[in-house]
Amino acid sequence: MSAHVPRGILRALLVVGFLLVWEAATRLLDIPSFILPRPTAVGFALYNGFASTLYFEHLGVTLAETLAGFFFGTLLALLLGTGIALSRRVEYFLYPFIVMFQSMPKVAIAPLIVIWFGLGMASKVAQAAFTAFFPLMVNTIAGLRSADEDRVALMRSLSATEVQIFTMLRLPSALPFIMAGLEIAMVLSLIGAIVAEFVGAQKGLGLLILTMTSSMDVAGQFSVLLVLSVLGLLLNSAIVLLRRKVLFWDRSQRQDTETTVKGSVL
Amino acid sequence: MAQIEQDDAPACARVAAGAISADALIAVEHLSKVYPSRTGDVTALRDIDFCIGEGQFVAIVGPSGCGKSTLLKILVGLLRASAGRVLLKGTPVDAPRRDIGVVFQAPVLFPWRTVLRNVLLPADVQGLDRAQSRARAMELLRLVGLSGFEGRYPWELSGGMQQRAALVRALVHDPSLLLMDEPFGALDAMTREQMNLELQRIWLEQQKTVLFITHSIPEAVFLADRVLVMTPRPGRLIDDVQVGLPHPRPLEIMNTPEFGACVKRIRQCFATRGGQDL
Repeated sequence: MSAHVPRGILRALLVVGFLLVWEAATRLLDIPSFILPRPTAVGFALYNGFASTLYFEHLGVTLAETLAGFFFGTLLALLLGTGIALSRRVEYFLYPFIVMFQSMPKVAIAPLIVIWFGLGMASKVAQAAFTAFFPLMVNTIAGLRSADEDRVALMRSLSATEVQIFTMLRLPSALPFIMAGLEIAMVLSLIGAIVAEFVGAQKGLGLLILTMTSSMDVAGQFSVLLVLSVLGLLLNSAIVLLRRKVLFWDRSQRQDTETTVKGSVL
Repeated sequence: MAQIEQDDAPACARVAAGAISADALIAVEHLSKVYPSRTGDVTALRDIDFCIGEGQFVAIVGPSGCGKSTLLKILVGLLRASAGRVLLKGTPVDAPRRDIGVVFQAPVLFPWRTVLRNVLLPADVQGLDRAQSRARAMELLRLVGLSGFEGRYPWELSGGMQQRAALVRALVHDPSLLLMDEPFGALDAMTREQMNLELQRIWLEQQKTVLFITHSIPEAVFLADRVLVMTPRPGRLIDDVQVGLPHPRPLEIMNTPEFGACVKRIRQCFATRGGQDL
């Protein structure tokens, strides 16, 4: 403990020092605020944004889009992943097309998605889901196929049915892979939602950034970026928390948990 | 050769050839297994023939690659024989049977289940009465010295304790036959001797029929009533040695001339049949 506290203070000092140098540099070198705003201006924009409830409104929309996209993307990934993992025939017919779809930059389909699903939330949810599903699907396939052969032999020796082998063995064995996939899917959902908002939206933090660009409000943009990174961090923490709960038995996770717990002390 | 036969006389006699008893719990008849391969067929097992009576402890001893594991997989019903058949209580084994318990070389426990839930896996799979299975599991856990560890997870236990849990899991659904595939091979020598003693105690208490596969001749002789000797390429049974030592056997029995004679006789089998890889 005692060894960590000074390091924690050191880290905080580093941030404060960085902000001070930034503030001083912008003042001394007289950098225009539409190129690089002062930290105080960013803080002011942040305060104003939340005080006027403007940020809350847009944050709520982006959060809802991200979560809904994450939900549908996860559903799609788990269904397709399970189907492909269990059936070579499904794999043969579907997998090449899915890989083809994946090798296309997902950002590039955003305009099309907006044309199809409109300017409302539906297009953001669809974009988030499409962006998020692939890595989770690949992990689901790998996870479901990772069950230890000895354990499968044990289940078979007990005359277990295929359904029992799936629920009692393959699914739990796949959980470390699925949880890692969920973590990636969460980050990608947020990216998908923002990208679709850039293309055309009525509300959301992505739209807010666009309108601030047109009014040269760079300090405002910085404040929204800060909100986005905190949002991403919180969403990721939620998945990490869930993962620790679900994967308490996984050796690699336990080591991982120890280091993160140590890290959070800092 | 004649000299050896005389040495062995009372402690370990050869079982009369073709002593097939009608009341055998498990009967293996002319069993062969051939694996087809690109360079020609590989015969893993050739014409294996033996029976085990109810309550007997039989060991199969042989070097690595002699087809012991193939034989076990066929007995469990995980693998089809190329020829011949296996009868358990008079009915052929062609798929896994519920009245067989298996202990593998590794404990093969599920890390997301507690010791008790691991041990109850056969009851979960086979839909047995929960309260009854639980009571039996607790009793067996007590028997192997795992009382108080029911709520622990496998990764919190030592290797020996994990294998004990695996033994309880193999017994929890009260199978009529216990198959053990080099169950203590991964343990250190001290733990292994301890596990042999405990297995003997459990066997005497539970009255199970046991088929124990091992590559250790002393382990086979220490535990078994009968030792089947297997040689590789192709896997065949070349001797069936009766171990006439009374149970329960203390570890010190390994120092007696009778024990030594049995070990020597089995070793002789491999020497004369060119089993240098032992």
